[in-house]
Amino acid sequence: MPSFWGYRRPDGRYGARNLVAIIPSVTCANDVAQAISRQVAGTVAYLHHQGCCQLPPDLERVTNTLISLGRGPNVGAVLIVSLGCEGTDHVRMYEELRATGKPVEIIHIQELGGVTRAIRVGTDIARRLAIAISGLQREEADIAHVVMAIKCGASDTTSGMASNCVIGAVSDRLVDLGATVVFGETTEFIGGEHLLARRAVTPEVGQRIFGIVDAMETRAKSIGCDMRRGQPTPGNIAGGLSSIEEKSLGAIVKSGTRPIQGVLDYPDFVEDQKGLWIKDTPGREPEILTGMAATGAQFMCFSTGLGAPQGFPSMPVIKICGNPHTFARMEEDMDVNAGLVITGERSIEEVADEVFAKMLRVLGGEMTKNEAIGYFSAIDIHCLGPVI
Amino acid sequence: MADRPIALQAKPNDNVATIFADDITAGTEVVVLNAAGEERQMAVREAIPYGHKFALCDIAAGEQITKYGEEIGVASRDISTGAYVHVHNLDSMRGRGDLERGE
Repeated sequence: MPSFWGYRRPDGRYGARNLVAIIPSVTCANDVAQAISRQVAGTVAYLHHQGCCQLPPDLERVTNTLISLGRGPNVGAVLIVSLGCEGTDHVRMYEELRATGKPVEIIHIQELGGVTRAIRVGTDIARRLAIAISGLQREEADIAHVVMAIKCGASDTTSGMASNCVIGAVSDRLVDLGATVVFGETTEFIGGEHLLARRAVTPEVGQRIFGIVDAMETRAKSIGCDMRRGQPTPGNIAGGLSSIEEKSLGAIVKSGTRPIQGVLDYPDFVEDQKGLWIKDTPGREPEILTGMAATGAQFMCFSTGLGAPQGFPSMPVIKICGNPHTFARMEEDMDVNAGLVITGERSIEEVADEVFAKMLRVLGGEMTKNEAIGYFSAIDIHCLGPVI
Repeated sequence: MADRPIALQAKPNDNVATIFADDITAGTEVVVLNAAGEERQMAVREAIPYGHKFALCDIAAGEQITKYGEEIGVASRDISTGAYVHVHNLDSMRGRGDLERGE
């Protein structure tokens, strides 16, 4: 049974990183959160664009997503930066995160008397939190503690025929070992939803899969135009993908072959769910990476054909490139070359072995390429209603 | 393997194959490889970029285009064997708010 070396949290989860999360409760607190994070080692800031002048269900969605991010096992301590007049529930955020047993602090910019004072006070608190968690040692953890997020981005036709096949093989192995795997990109189920529904553990889960796809497609159609160029993107089309159906059929390959246990809503945190799960998310990077980090995933496997370099502040992302030309051109951003499947030099299982080994090293602390380069500030929370 | 122009047919009932080779022009002979590892030689009718598709048989306008054994769209005009298949002759049937508005 494989194991990994992680940071044990008070709730029994194991993190692959040991970070202080600086969480703005609203976009208006971003500049303060960013200034604190720049100053204090071992911190990351979630610079999102939501949290006020939204309808109540979206405000709850943003509050819950930020709580889930703070609960993530890669986060050892939290500093919430509140403006003071925002629409999100910063009191509940503070209380629910406190209940995890992690050190959690909150500051309010308006109450402290402005930006400069908030940066000063917040920097002082963040420094104390960073030092407080910095001595924690890794412990050996069963692989069943792993929550893997998966995604494909900047796809071309190699994605569905190489890199997504590799991730599917890794996903099957993790599910068989008792771990949790979460995939999303509901837009990219369109045309392949019947194949996913057939793998649902109950008819109700199957109906839920059809339901989230219908809701996503209905939202897109409500604008009254052809979705093409929005999805698939111009880059996807240049890469040979002719329709959303073709893109979806290639995208869902990354979920492997195991039964689908259920559907998580966007802000949901994986409590004790095991096996393969869907999270209802769009495909765009800032929103899906945030939603996936909010599951509590310690890391993500991300497949690409055209070359997508993005990561997430507190979730290492392993880039698996299906296109051999792209790998040769963008090797500095790509962790694993699945293009060797296309050229016939490696089998899917051989590249899956490589990804699995890299995964165990990343869980134990080895950096991914986008993590080392720090390419992860563009994040956001997916909301359903208008900004009002 | 990399020196021969390879095209992959994902499932037996697919009527398109995806080319993973560069410099494919009209008349180029490509090796169509299926999931069982069987090969056959076929000439394409026009230039086809890396990662793009061509028709394995004649496909009439309105007929389904199949890849991975599933529908990926419908032919918007007649497509001959060996012809390039992409957005110019394949219509998506999903996310079509334009069609619903016209109804």
